[in-house]
Amino acid sequence: MSANAKEIQELVRAREYDAGFVTKIETETVPPGLCEDTIRFISKTRGEPEWLLAFRLKAYARWLKMERPDWAHVHYPAVDFQAISYYSRPKSMKNAPKSLDEVDPELLETYKKLGVPLHEQEALAGVQKEPTVAVDVVFDSVSLVTTFRKKLADAGVIFCSISEAVKAHPELVQKYLGTVVPFADNFYAALNSAVFTDGSFVFIPKGVRCPMELSSYFRINERNTGQFERTLIIVEEGGHVSYLEGCTAPKRDENQLHAAVVELIALDDAEIKYSTVQNWYPGNAKGEGGIFNFVTKRGDCRGARSKISWTQVETGSAITWKYPSCILRGDDSVGEFYSVAVTHHFQQADTGTKMIHIGKNTRSTIVSKGIAAGESDQSYRGLVRVLAGAEGARNHTRCDSLLIGNRCGAHTFPYNEVRNHTAQVEHEATTSKISEDQLFYARSRGISEEDATSMIVNGFCKDVFKELPMEFAVEAQKLLSVTLEGAVG
Amino acid sequence: MLEINNLHACIGTKEILKGLDLTVNPGEVHAIMGPNGAGKSTLANVLSGRPGYIVTAGSATFNGEDLLALAAEERACRGLFLGFQYPVEIPGVSNLTLLKAAINARRHHRGEPEMSPVDLLAWVREHARRVEIDPKMLSRGVNEGFSGGEKKRNEILQMLVLEPTLAILDETDSGLDIDALKVVAHGINTLRSPERSTVLVTHYQRLLDYVKPDFVHVLAAGRIVKSGGPELALELEERGYGWLEQAA
Repeated sequence: MSANAKEIQELVRAREYDAGFVTKIETETVPPGLCEDTIRFISKTRGEPEWLLAFRLKAYARWLKMERPDWAHVHYPAVDFQAISYYSRPKSMKNAPKSLDEVDPELLETYKKLGVPLHEQEALAGVQKEPTVAVDVVFDSVSLVTTFRKKLADAGVIFCSISEAVKAHPELVQKYLGTVVPFADNFYAALNSAVFTDGSFVFIPKGVRCPMELSSYFRINERNTGQFERTLIIVEEGGHVSYLEGCTAPKRDENQLHAAVVELIALDDAEIKYSTVQNWYPGNAKGEGGIFNFVTKRGDCRGARSKISWTQVETGSAITWKYPSCILRGDDSVGEFYSVAVTHHFQQADTGTKMIHIGKNTRSTIVSKGIAAGESDQSYRGLVRVLAGAEGARNHTRCDSLLIGNRCGAHTFPYNEVRNHTAQVEHEATTSKISEDQLFYARSRGISEEDATSMIVNGFCKDVFKELPMEFAVEAQKLLSVTLEGAVG
Repeated sequence: MLEINNLHACIGTKEILKGLDLTVNPGEVHAIMGPNGAGKSTLANVLSGRPGYIVTAGSATFNGEDLLALAAEERACRGLFLGFQYPVEIPGVSNLTLLKAAINARRHHRGEPEMSPVDLLAWVREHARRVEIDPKMLSRGVNEGFSGGEKKRNEILQMLVLEPTLAILDETDSGLDIDALKVVAHGINTLRSPERSTVLVTHYQRLLDYVKPDFVHVLAAGRIVKSGGPELALELEERGYGWLEQAA
């Protein structure tokens, strides 16, 4: 390894995770372990209707018979599901606060530190301008508060926690829950269906363009708890929403589980843009601790000409297992997946997407950019399936990997299944090392090594960053800087 | 300005420069010529701080400062510029982004505030016109999809924008047609002043028809074996390097 690459390695090692603090509050946490009683307890605590308990129990019964998936290119010790606590909430949340003033100041302080704006007059971290983002914040198993509700309600938009939605809009939840990701879809989806706690609910009625960006911020705080978030977004005919998701957790030596299910439904001419900046604790430089992020995210373009676009910036988690997908059911529907995944130290990520072309003239685009540093290992796994009826379907896939140093790995696992001869499926892939020539070129112009690396990596990710909403693009670039601190200035 | 004494440098275990001496005073233009493999590019790379070259003996000072102790970016911030023989592509990073970062790095080094984006754009555009680069190319990725000639003109553009006190141009003339050569030469001449110096590393005499050097040196087998005025370049054109290589 040249002197240069060695320096980069060291700079990468210097990375600090600044969301790694613990909020010291009293909590109510159920003892670890999972059985029917745990599920009944969760359901009862949340005051759920009978049908939802039945859904959970059905999922649980199925989960017991399922096997942990082992096909992903990741290695980790088996999770002891009996050692995890499945429900934890701050004591102060026993009686749901009516407004921000009633929320425990310690919790408010947590979000202040994280730069998540909870006051409606604030904009997203660091950006002083018109408020454009409404936030739902989820702390361990409960949603603390959802902002801008009145303004959104005036537009006909429902934005609240999924628990509230179950109570206030049971007909909508019952109609759509589990219709995109069935309870028995996979091991972790079944687990989530059995024990899910909070997450966000979005409903955009026919013809409504959501007047602002919506976002959810997930925080795991309590030791030994898992977070089982459930998010459901429904956009009716001609509606439009842009939704952002962020997440962090304290530094701990043991691994913690985050197993989420996100379902998106777009009816005719509806459009959903879903962006994630994932910054779960990645573990330390020795590979100890960090979040296991086993997530099922799927969007259903149920209506004609509908569009679902996933954009993700993945910088955290010890293990990432995540494939935000699109079912292109409606004719002329469009699915997009733009991803930047950064791994360092001993992080492992197996991530990608699935595009299932069912309707005629459906189109999908996949752009995946992987950046691996340290001893990390990263895989892109993507399925493009064109069913027999999908006349004129088109897919374009591009996946590029950038390696920093020579102890990391990048892999590509593309699966193409085409059953219609009019379909066009294209796949392009490259793997490159951050080139010493590029670095020296920039440095010879006076730019420091850190800034040069940052510039090159940002250039590499440009195709994805440009898909992020403005405020998030800035955040993502900053996050990338923190993640590869030193190597990326 | 630049003072090189008995410079020895290796790539790996292979010694390329074997006791090179060179003095460049403010306002001078020096041409360094020589056969392939003589060490011309090595000299340019060693002076600009490219990793992978090991200096085993000798010294190089730039305005009295030990040049070899500085990192590449520190040399650049002190006014050194390397024009690349093979300019590098940086996809997704626009030319303007690179220039902005480079200008502000220098300003930061001098304790000056950053240049305003408006001034910066005007400054870069003005020079782009001078080297016949379409302003639209400024927002394209650095050298991304540029032709050979465009890449070289882009090197000259960067040089003009950054206003170095010492520019080392490594075969900037190679692979250029006559029109492009004139544009490049014009760029180099634009920067000529009593405070600035240029070292032209070149294979051929033809660039020197347009940029008149004060001194011409022949580099062979890792050392300067002959120095003279512009007339030496003409002599070389006629006689080749063989007679000097033997002397080396």
